[in-house]
Amino acid sequence: MTGESLSALALSVRVAILATAINTIVGVPLAYLLARRRFRGRAALDVLVTLPLVLPPTVTGYYLIVVLGRRGWLGAPLYAATGWSIAFTWYAAVVAATVMALPLLVRTARAAIESVDRDLERAAHTLGRSEWQTAMEVTLPLARNGIVAGLVLAFARALGEFGATLMLAGNIPGRTTTVPLAIYTAVQTGETGDALALVALLTGLSCVVLIVAGRLGARAT
Amino acid sequence: MATRSRRLALVIVSVLAAMIAGDAAAATSRELVVSVAISLKEAMEELGRQFEASHGGVKVRYNFGASGQLAQQIEAGAPVDVFVSAGKAEMDRLEKKALVTEHDRRAFARNVLTVVRPADSPIDLVRAEDLLEKRVARVVIGDPRTVPAGRYAEESLRALGLWERLRPKLIFAENVRQALDYVSRGEVDAGFVYVTDVTTRSGRVKEAFRPPDDTYGPIVSPAAVVKGTKQPALANAFLDWLTGPDGRAVLARFGFLSPPAGTR
Repeated sequence: MTGESLSALALSVRVAILATAINTIVGVPLAYLLARRRFRGRAALDVLVTLPLVLPPTVTGYYLIVVLGRRGWLGAPLYAATGWSIAFTWYAAVVAATVMALPLLVRTARAAIESVDRDLERAAHTLGRSEWQTAMEVTLPLARNGIVAGLVLAFARALGEFGATLMLAGNIPGRTTTVPLAIYTAVQTGETGDALALVALLTGLSCVVLIVAGRLGARAT
Repeated sequence: MATRSRRLALVIVSVLAAMIAGDAAAATSRELVVSVAISLKEAMEELGRQFEASHGGVKVRYNFGASGQLAQQIEAGAPVDVFVSAGKAEMDRLEKKALVTEHDRRAFARNVLTVVRPADSPIDLVRAEDLLEKRVARVVIGDPRTVPAGRYAEESLRALGLWERLRPKLIFAENVRQALDYVSRGEVDAGFVYVTDVTTRSGRVKEAFRPPDDTYGPIVSPAAVVKGTKQPALANAFLDWLTGPDGRAVLARFGFLSPPAGTR
């Protein structure tokens, strides 16, 4: 593999790990909220989180530009204050991967949390545990396999993100070119050998991820 | 229940059959597929309209993209009748692979490189060296591997001795119109495009300066009939139209210059 392919691989792994870490911090509480709490706007939140799963990635990418671009709702004040913008940096690839992977984690983890026996939670309550303690000591440990399966799927999705990444982060060799973008460019320019190596690599990795997620899912039930 | 689902199945099957039949009917009318460098989009659409009007029953279909991407599609066997490239190198590559023939290839236009900035940008750029300024954070060019405008930009920046120093600021676009779009959205501070691109976004981008024309090019655009076309006569007629007085008039209206005499 060429240096460019290797740097794409290194970037993809870095982006996927970070996106998965952010998903753990944001996605697990979200999944818990959606599974166990009834509050105003719950349905809307559910739709918002799930949208990237059904929207074309380019549409998600467009929204990200509208929000985070130099003239975006958040991007413009940030640029005015710091002279820095997230678009076309590798952070943009992390943002895109995080948003695209979030629904996979939230939906899987939510189903796992919902399948936890509520009587066990009530028992913890009667024994004087707060909701936070119950969640940490009872609910989440019991839903662990489902949550980990969701994280594995989110990692795979983050590793393979293409459309939204291309729109927000661009395709800058050595800086924002992830493996899927490198494959796209390699095919566009006729460098088939390089593309093949990366294609094989991503296919293998995805198979491993699916097997792991499947085993965890089987143990969860 | 059983009759209902059977009726539903019948409806689905007839819809699918109608779709397939419709597609087959569309394919039998005289259709010309033209792969066009995206910098020529508006001019070629206008040219195609006139061509259709004077050739009854002919429908021109376009496939827009960066010249390098289009050439790659043709190498991969895309069913294209005519290739209209922005750059010469892409056509040379196809000719070397015997996918277009020297005989059916013609230069039809010449273009000029320019540097644009967002219309409301406070940064005043008057020459290439200004791009090195600290206030200029990002400069977009087409990806030189697939976009002729990007390749000419690289050529010019190298000739000016600025390429290596500008590299950290450079962003590569998929095609020249995407480069223009990045500038018009204000995501970047400057971008290299063709002078003919500027008018398509005249309100939102401003021409800053033109790189010295002895640092690149000349940018000569060739068109050719693609080998394996099922309509060689029609494809050749299109090429004649493009390089004839009608085509030249349209191209001139959109700001394209005539190709230097003797180029192909």
